[in-house]
Amino acid sequence: MKLLTHNMLTSNIIKGVSNGFPLGIVANKVEVKDVDFNQSFVLKTLSKVDWNALRQAATQVGHGDGLPEELGEDLKENDDVLKKIHNAMLQVEVVEGELVCPETGRKFPISNGIPNMLLLEHELQ
Amino acid sequence: MAASGRPEHQAPPEIFYNETEAAKYTSNTRMIEIQEKLSERALELLALPDDESCYVLDIGCGSGLSGDVLTEADHTWVGIDISSSMLNVAVEREVEGDLILGDMGYGLPFRPGTFDGVISISALQWLCNADKKYHSPAKRMQVFFRTLYAVMRRGSRAVFQLYPENSDQLEMLTQQAMKAGFTGGLVVDFPNSSKAKKIFLCLFCGGQSTALPKGQGTEESSSNTAQMAGRREKRQRTALKSSRNWILEKKERWRRQGRETKPDTQYTGRKRKGHHF
Ligand SMILES: C[S@@+](CC[C@H](N)C(=O)[O-])C[C@H]1O[C@@H](n2cnc3c(N)ncnc32)[C@H](O)[C@@H]1O
Repeated sequence: MKLLTHNMLTSNIIKGVSNGFPLGIVANKVEVKDVDFNQSFVLKTLSKVDWNALRQAATQVGHGDGLPEELGEDLKENDDVLKKIHNAMLQVEVVEGELVCPETGRKFPISNGIPNMLLLEHELQ
Repeated sequence: MAASGRPEHQAPPEIFYNETEAAKYTSNTRMIEIQEKLSERALELLALPDDESCYVLDIGCGSGLSGDVLTEADHTWVGIDISSSMLNVAVEREVEGDLILGDMGYGLPFRPGTFDGVISISALQWLCNADKKYHSPAKRMQVFFRTLYAVMRRGSRAVFQLYPENSDQLEMLTQQAMKAGFTGGLVVDFPNSSKAKKIFLCLFCGGQSTALPKGQGTEESSSNTAQMAGRREKRQRTALKSSRNWILEKKERWRRQGRETKPDTQYTGRKRKGHHF
């Protein structure tokens, strides 16, 4: 699971959960995979990303170094920072671990890089 | 397909798509080819902006054959599927997309406005089944389409290629989609051929009044054969970018995608100042 995906995931499909974001992360195994850098995609995607959640997730899994506390306006001219953001968003992957619903504490296991978001009968809407 | 041969009648999807079935999605070249063709057509109908990488959701992504077509077109994708065997094959194939184990009938677990487009190849008919005693297809469709609408960017599209068992299923799916706020409807390619006929449910999110794209091999459509741009063709097209042919081809592509397109005239493709389309 990439941290961009984590930034878009919520547990609000569980009955009674309203926001379900951001999900807590427990990472037992993390890998970094090469992904081609695409500046315009990173910039465009940043407008949807919850930056605090991304920075926090990256820090939590040990890849937060060099990520700015806030996104400046001159980002477009700053390829160094953009590449670090690209790395955190798209290259860092949680392979084993779990996601945790911020409202109920319900855990979603991650194995083989795949978060299991299946629900139980009593959790359905 | 004989009714008894339908996968949906044999077992729930997470059981039917076991390791043996999943293995076919890496080894059976005919099957791979068919899934690729369907995905290419779905991507065409999705009408994403040209030359822009988008963030796309693939529902029932399986082993990632449909996702590969998205990768090929430079898009970043997330796939969701109910079968862990299929997803494990996707991991083995080292697909570029990110994968999530989930049941579309339980709702899509993403934040509002996340995706620039959604595709789903050969999966939606599964939603018409009740595989657990507490499953109701109508309820599952309702939850599915409601959450689908929410996770899509306003103005984006979702394109589903599906194998409905009968017209009732199609009607029920379409109705539930409209109830959730979508506009759009069915696009049928080669409606007169029992073999080549393909059904696509094209949904528009955000109420823009877009005409439905034409089906291929229908009377109104000028192209009787699927003209998917292969990689080589694409390169040629870029080289000839300003020529009349390229423009006509592009306009034809836009028409197939249902975009508003000016009619071709004898002036199409002539050099003019400040002209763009
Ligand atoms: C025919 S396969 C197609 C896979 C892939 N889209 C392709 O083109 O190769 C259908 C897929 O739909 C998935 N599926 C069926 N029901 C589902 C559900 N309720 N939620 C998510 N995925 C489902 C199956 O597990 C299977 O991988």
